[in-house]
Amino acid sequence: MRNYALAILLLFSYLAISQNCKYTLSGKVLDLHDGSVLYGATLVVSETEAIIQTSLEGVYTISNLCKNTSYSIKVLHSSCESKTFDVKISEDTKRDFKLEHHLEELNEIILEGKAYDNNTNTVLENNVSKETLERFSTGALGDALNSLSGVSSLNKGNGIVKPIVNGLHSSRIIMINNGVRMQDQEWGAEHAPNIDVNSVGRLTLVKSAGALQYGGDAMGGVIIAEALKVPVKDSLYGKTMSSLTSNGRGGVLTSTLTKSYAKGWYGTAQGSLKRFGDFEAADYVLSNTGIIEQNASLRLGLNKFNYGIEAYFSFFSNEIGILRASHLHGAADQVRAFDSDMPLIINDFTYNIGAPRQNVKHQLARIKGFKTIENFGTLSLQYDYQQNNRFEFDIRRGDDKDKAAIDLKLGTHTLLLDFENNFERQLNIKSGVMTRYQNNFANPNTGVRRLIPDYDKYDLGIYLLGDYTLNDRWLLEAGARFDYTQMDVYKYYRTSFWEERNYDILYPEIVVDDLGTQVLANPNLKFHNASATVGAKYSFNDDYHLFLNYALASRAPNPSELFSEGLHHSGARIELGDLSFNSEVGHKISATLQRDHDRFSFSINPYINSISDFIIIEPTKVLETIRGNFQVWEYRQTNAQLLGVDIDAAYKFTDKLSFTHQWSIVKGYDRSRDMPLISMPPIATKNEISFEHPKFYNLKLALQSEYVFAQNEYPDTNFEVYIPETETWELLDTSTPPSAYHLLNFNSSIDLKLNKTSFLTVGLGITNILNTSYRNYLNLQRFYADDLGQNILLNLKFNY
Amino acid sequence: MKKQFFTYPILVLSIIFTGCSDDDPIPTPVNEEELITTMTITLSPDGGGTDIVLKTVDMDGDGGNAPVVTITGGNLSAGTTYNGSIELLNASETPAENITEEVQEEAEEHQFFYTIGSGLDVTTTYEDEDGDGNPIGVEFTLVANTVSAGDLTFTLRHEPNKSAAGVADGDITNAGGETDITETFSVTVE
Repeated sequence: MRNYALAILLLFSYLAISQNCKYTLSGKVLDLHDGSVLYGATLVVSETEAIIQTSLEGVYTISNLCKNTSYSIKVLHSSCESKTFDVKISEDTKRDFKLEHHLEELNEIILEGKAYDNNTNTVLENNVSKETLERFSTGALGDALNSLSGVSSLNKGNGIVKPIVNGLHSSRIIMINNGVRMQDQEWGAEHAPNIDVNSVGRLTLVKSAGALQYGGDAMGGVIIAEALKVPVKDSLYGKTMSSLTSNGRGGVLTSTLTKSYAKGWYGTAQGSLKRFGDFEAADYVLSNTGIIEQNASLRLGLNKFNYGIEAYFSFFSNEIGILRASHLHGAADQVRAFDSDMPLIINDFTYNIGAPRQNVKHQLARIKGFKTIENFGTLSLQYDYQQNNRFEFDIRRGDDKDKAAIDLKLGTHTLLLDFENNFERQLNIKSGVMTRYQNNFANPNTGVRRLIPDYDKYDLGIYLLGDYTLNDRWLLEAGARFDYTQMDVYKYYRTSFWEERNYDILYPEIVVDDLGTQVLANPNLKFHNASATVGAKYSFNDDYHLFLNYALASRAPNPSELFSEGLHHSGARIELGDLSFNSEVGHKISATLQRDHDRFSFSINPYINSISDFIIIEPTKVLETIRGNFQVWEYRQTNAQLLGVDIDAAYKFTDKLSFTHQWSIVKGYDRSRDMPLISMPPIATKNEISFEHPKFYNLKLALQSEYVFAQNEYPDTNFEVYIPETETWELLDTSTPPSAYHLLNFNSSIDLKLNKTSFLTVGLGITNILNTSYRNYLNLQRFYADDLGQNILLNLKFNY
Repeated sequence: MKKQFFTYPILVLSIIFTGCSDDDPIPTPVNEEELITTMTITLSPDGGGTDIVLKTVDMDGDGGNAPVVTITGGNLSAGTTYNGSIELLNASETPAENITEEVQEEAEEHQFFYTIGSGLDVTTTYEDEDGDGNPIGVEFTLVANTVSAGDLTFTLRHEPNKSAAGVADGDITNAGGETDITETFSVTVE
C-alpha cells in the first residue's frame, strides 16, 4: 500500500516538473553519532512535494531538480529527530544527510508528506518541544508556554494560568486546539485556556496577527496546539505517564494509545487525571488551592494521499480551588489583608476544595475532511461545536450556600471552508471562509445578577493569504482578512447605572422593559473588522535569516468589556463596561534575525505594537455601598503602544554540554495619557546549562536559573480607605509591584530499555530548589500570599 | 448595500443554527438573593420612651447610588440604657426578605461589631449567643454615659474567627472574615 502511494506521489511530482530541471541530488542518510546508514528514511522535498525513501544501503536519489534553485529537504526516520536541510543545486550534487538518533522511536514516526505546515512564513515561529510539554505534565498549558521567550502568564494562584504574549492576553490571543478556535470565555482574567497539556503533541506560538487563517483579531499572537501525526502503516503504540509532586501532594496519570493501518485508518484515544490538594508557599499552606481535572479525547480518521477525513472529540473538566484568603468584601477588608505578611486564613493541608472555587467543563467535537484535486489544490471543510460550562462558587449565605454564583453556558458552532493551492512551486495561496454562531446563556437561578448577559453572536470571516518565493534568498508574504460580527444581546441594567451613563438619552430605543430598579435592554451591535499582513524573509545563507512582518489586526470588544456592570467578587471590585466601544485596531511590526546553526544559534526579535482604541480596565473611583467601600474599575479606550525585544540563544560547548539563554523585555504605554500600562510583564531572563549523554541511558541533566526583575513602570492605582476602628485613612497600595526574584530549577531523566519496542523514562525534577519566598506581579493573588515554594517532581513514562 | 451583503449569509446561518437553541430569547430578571438593602438598628430606652432608629438603605446594592443614612427619634440621653436590635432586609424582593433570620440560623458564622469612635462615650454589651456560647450581636444593650458626640459603626462579619483574642468581647481587630455590611452613624449623647 505504501509503495502504491509512493508511486502515485512520484508520478505526481514527475508531472509537475518542467523540462529545464534535469539535475540529481544523491547521497546517503547517516546516523550522526556512529555514521551507520539509515535505511527506510524518508526525504520530502518541500518545493516539489516529492517523497523519496532510502534503500537498504541508506542511499537516496532525487532527480529532476532545477538549476540554481534551493530546495529544502526534510529528512525523516522512525528512530530519529526529523531535520530539514537546505540544498542549492547548480549541478548534479552528492550530499550525505546526518540525523540524530534518539530513543523515542514510537512517538516520532512520521512517514508521509510535509509533516506540519508553517502558519506564517515571515514570522519566526516558536515551538514547545514534546519533552517540555511532558515536563509540565502536572501543570497547566500556560506553564508550558511560559518556557518560551516573550511569553509570561497572568495567574490566579497556580491553577489558573493564562498566557501573555508580548504583553497581551485574553481576547487578544487566539488559541487553536486541533484546528478549532477555542471559545471558552477567554475574556476573563481568571479564565484559563481549557486545554489539557497532556493532550497536546505539538505546541506552536506565532507572535503576530499574521496567521490570518485563524482570525484577524490576534493582537498578541496565535497559540496552536495539535496532536501528533499518525503514520500510515500498521502499528499500535502508546505511552503512559505518571507524575507525582511533593507540592500539592498529588499527581497526574495520563495515557495515549494509537492504532493505525496501512490503509490509512487510524485512531487515538487519550485520557488524563489530575489531583492535587492544597499547594504550599515557602512558609505556609495556601489553603483551598487544590485541583481536580479529568480530560479525555478521541481521534478517528482516514488519511489517504488525496483525501481524508478526521473526527475529533474532547472533554475537559476541572475544579480549581481559589485561595480562601483572597476572597474579600470591600476595601476595608483589603486593607487588613494587604497589611498582613501572611494570608489571613491558613488551614491544615487538605485535598478538599471548598468555596471559592470554579468548575469548568469544555466539550469539543470536530469533523474535518479534505480533498486534493490535481493541478488545483486542496479543499478542506470543517465543522465544529464547542460547549463551555462555567460555574463559579462563592462564599455565600443561607439557602444559596451550595449554589453557583456564576453559571454560564457558551455554545459555539463553526463552519470553515479552506482552500490551499500551489499554482506553481514558488506561489502558495491559502484562502477560506468562516461562519460562526455563538449563544451565551446565563442561568438566572444563581440568585446573582448576570456578569455576562445572554446573547447570540454571528461571525463571518473571509481571508486570502499568499507567499511567493522570489529566489533562494527572498520569500514574500501578504494577506488580508475581513470579519463581520453581529451581537444580539439581552441585558438587565441597573436603572441607576443606565441613567448615570446617560444610556436613557443615548439609547432609548433599545429598552425592551422597565422593571423600576432594572431596565431590560436589547443592544444589537455590529462590527466590521479588516486585518492584513505583509512580510518578507531574507536568507543571507544557510545559517542566517531575517524575518520582517507587519500585521494589521482588528478586534471587536468582548462581552466583558461591553457589558460588565457589578461586583466582581474575585477582585473585590466593581467592574463597569461600556456599551459604546468600537473595535481595537493594532499595527504590529516585528523583525527577527535568526542564526540557525548546530553549535551557536540565536534569534533576536524586536517589535513595536501600536493599538488605537485599546481597551483597558483601571480604577477610577471608590464607591460607597452598604457593604463598605469598593474600588470601581472602569473599562476605557485609549491609544496604546507596546515595545519589546525577545532574545533566544543556544551554544553547544561539546556534543554533550550546552547552554541556552532567554531574555524578554516589554514596555507598554498609554499614549493618550502618557503613562505606563497596567499589568505589563517585567523583564525576565532564563539561563540553562544542560548535559546529555545519549550512550549512558540517554542521561539528561539540566540546571535552570530564572530571574524576574521588578516592574519599574506602572500606573498609580492606590487609594485611601477610612477605617472606623482606628479612625484613620489607610492607603491601599494596589499598584506597587513586588520585588525581583530568582528561582533555580533542576531537571533530569534517564531512559531504560525494557524490550525491543518499549522503554521507561524516569525523570526527577525540582522547581524552586532554594524554597524562595516570592510574589509575582502578574499573579492576581500576590496581594494575599506568596507564590509556590519548592516542588519535587517524579516522572515515570512508559512508551510501548 | 453593504448591510444586505452580510444579511444574507447571516440569515442562512441563523436558519441553520437556531434549531439548536431552545432558550427563550427574553431572559428572566435576576433579583439578588443575598443582597442586603436595608439595615435598621432600633434603640429602645429601658423603661419606656421614644425609640431611636438608625437606618441605612441601598436599594441598588453594590454600585450605582450610595446608601441613604437616616437617624430618627432624636439624640441619645446621657445615663440611659437602650435595648438594641438589628434588622436586615432585602427589600428588592416583594415581600421583603428578612436576612436577620438567615444570620441567626448561621449564628456561628456571623457576628456584629459595634465600633465606637473617639469622643463618643457609650458602651455596648452583647445580649445573644450562638450554639458555642459566642456572641452574635443581633440583640445588644447600649449605655449612653456622658454628654458626647462621635461615630458609631455597625459591621457584620461573615465567617469571623470568634475564638481569636478579644473577638467575643466585641473587638473587631482580630476577627477576620468578610464584611457583609457596614455603616457609620454620627450620633450625639445629650
